[in-house]
Amino acid sequence: MSTSNNAYWKANLRLMFKLLLVWFVVSFGFGILLFDLLNTIQIGGYKLGFWFAQQGSIYVFVALIFIYSRKMAKLDRQFGVEE
Amino acid sequence: MELQTLTYLVVGATFGLYIGIAIWARAGSTKEFYVAGGGIHPVANGMATAADWMSAASFISMAGMIAFMGYGGSVFLMGWTGGFVLLALLLAPYLRKFGKFTVPEFIGDRFYSRTARIVAVICLIVASVTYVIGQMKGIGVAFSRFLEVSYDAGLFIGMAIVFFYAVLGGMKGITYTQIAQYCVLILAYTIPAIFISLNLTGNPFPQLGLGSTLVGTDTFLLDRLDQVVMELGWAEYTTSARLNMTNMFAYTLSLMIGTAGLPHVIIRFFTVPKVADARTSAGWALVFIAILYTTAPAVAGMARLNLMSTIEPSPGQHLAYDDRPAWFKNWEKTGLLQFEDKNGDGLIQYTADLTTNEMVKVDNDIMVLANPEIAKLPNWVIALVAAGGLAAALSTAAGLLLAISSAISHDLLKGVFMPGITEKQELMASRIAMAAAIAMAGYLGFNPPDFAAGTVALAFGLAASSIFPALMMGIFSHRVTKEGAIAGMIAGLCVTLLYVFQHKGIMFIADTSFLGDMAPNWFLGIEPNAFGAVGAIINFAVAAGVSKVTAEPPEDIRRMVENIRVPSGAIATQDH
Repeated sequence: MSTSNNAYWKANLRLMFKLLLVWFVVSFGFGILLFDLLNTIQIGGYKLGFWFAQQGSIYVFVALIFIYSRKMAKLDRQFGVEE
Repeated sequence: MELQTLTYLVVGATFGLYIGIAIWARAGSTKEFYVAGGGIHPVANGMATAADWMSAASFISMAGMIAFMGYGGSVFLMGWTGGFVLLALLLAPYLRKFGKFTVPEFIGDRFYSRTARIVAVICLIVASVTYVIGQMKGIGVAFSRFLEVSYDAGLFIGMAIVFFYAVLGGMKGITYTQIAQYCVLILAYTIPAIFISLNLTGNPFPQLGLGSTLVGTDTFLLDRLDQVVMELGWAEYTTSARLNMTNMFAYTLSLMIGTAGLPHVIIRFFTVPKVADARTSAGWALVFIAILYTTAPAVAGMARLNLMSTIEPSPGQHLAYDDRPAWFKNWEKTGLLQFEDKNGDGLIQYTADLTTNEMVKVDNDIMVLANPEIAKLPNWVIALVAAGGLAAALSTAAGLLLAISSAISHDLLKGVFMPGITEKQELMASRIAMAAAIAMAGYLGFNPPDFAAGTVALAFGLAASSIFPALMMGIFSHRVTKEGAIAGMIAGLCVTLLYVFQHKGIMFIADTSFLGDMAPNWFLGIEPNAFGAVGAIINFAVAAGVSKVTAEPPEDIRRMVENIRVPSGAIATQDH
């Protein structure tokens, strides 16, 4: 692999890990593991843990994919590998 | 207008639309048949993916399951949406770059092995066939309930419609009908939800309504719901976990990686023009899915509350059986709702205590299907729900059938048994394979095997434990060898199947479950439906171990892996 492509792949992996960390935290973290703790906070009629499990995690998932595709488009241009 | 006539009109109009699209979008080449020519706009593909993905289970059953599980039902919400993050970040762009037609084709090429390709075809067919049985049943049930034709006749009509656009148009016809089907199903799902949210909370957005106060009070809807279900002996709605937290964790993870590994979803990303489009398209797919998936928990909570307060308007004041509303009588006829006056007082007692509970059966599916009637919505809304349920089942069935038929005509016939056939012959073969797949799915719909109820576990378990890990390792590692991949897939598959079978019976025949469907025997308290995640971990471990002791993959495979990781440049492997 050329050094430039190698750097592109590394940058991609770094971005991926960051976003997957958020993916894990909002669903498995807030929705399951920290559920009871977050439920001590109430927003409107929602307990926060319950809100993450049934609403919030899904909104974050959508945002994550669009952030990924925008940042990757930028990386593609930066490394000159876009189609 | 009368409900029956109206339902015929609405369902008839949507079917006319699907047939019109079929005639307009015929496929002329194998590329059009398998991947719609590769020129679908990412937003359009996102919409088609959403319809492809959201099945009869999402449309009809999910809100009902959440309504009775409360917080525990969150595993479906997070699991069936979180998988798209994995798909977008880990699989879709790279498989699009690979630029071929099927999932087994990638596995066969990357692991330089015809055996790996055949193993992948087997996993794909088993997962997709079990899944399609559920859709066929959904079509038959929706017809028989709403149009009052027999289950068999309903199934025949559904098969004929799918036959028309899937055989003629392949992926191209399926894509455009799925877009139309998405529009029908999302309207059918959200309109009743908006009305019900307005009725209960005055807020037109169900997502906000669920967190609002009830009209004319300062009690939050969820607090009232918690209070009502607990007074009658159920666990608190907003905190009742599914079994235990380990199980919820494993279940959510299994559904996520199963979602990302289901071939009929993956192949939708082969239809967009560029790698960058595959990434955005996954985002759009999840937007369209999220509209339904964030509405579903509101439908669930509100429907449960409506049901409870219909039966017991205020604590201790029970509805008399003779005064029951019309929807109650209608659904009693179908057997999905059953009442038994245990204490003979003519009143309906609905409690968590099995000895005194008189609502002996309340089927999950009623929650969405009867919801508009319970909330006294106009007839045209009820007719729309029928068309929406059919759209959800038809769109998913068509996507699954395409995955099955392309695996047969492209991977088995062209790839393994008759590599010499021309493109024209292959196109003909793919049409025949599609027709055969529809006939087989129809047969299984008429004679649902005993294991039909357990099929969700099987389909997601297989996709999670075999297909997803193989694809991911193929992209993210140079080092995984053909022996490693094959051993990993087989190990993941066997462990998952064994676990499901030992607790639910071999092929789901209950008598043969040698360890019994009992919680004490479950590994770490994980239920069989949630075991795909464990199978996936075993797949990864076995593949890594075997790859360490076998010869490295050849140099051209290394180049191919490097090549799929960057969007630009042509793929180095030879076309076949």
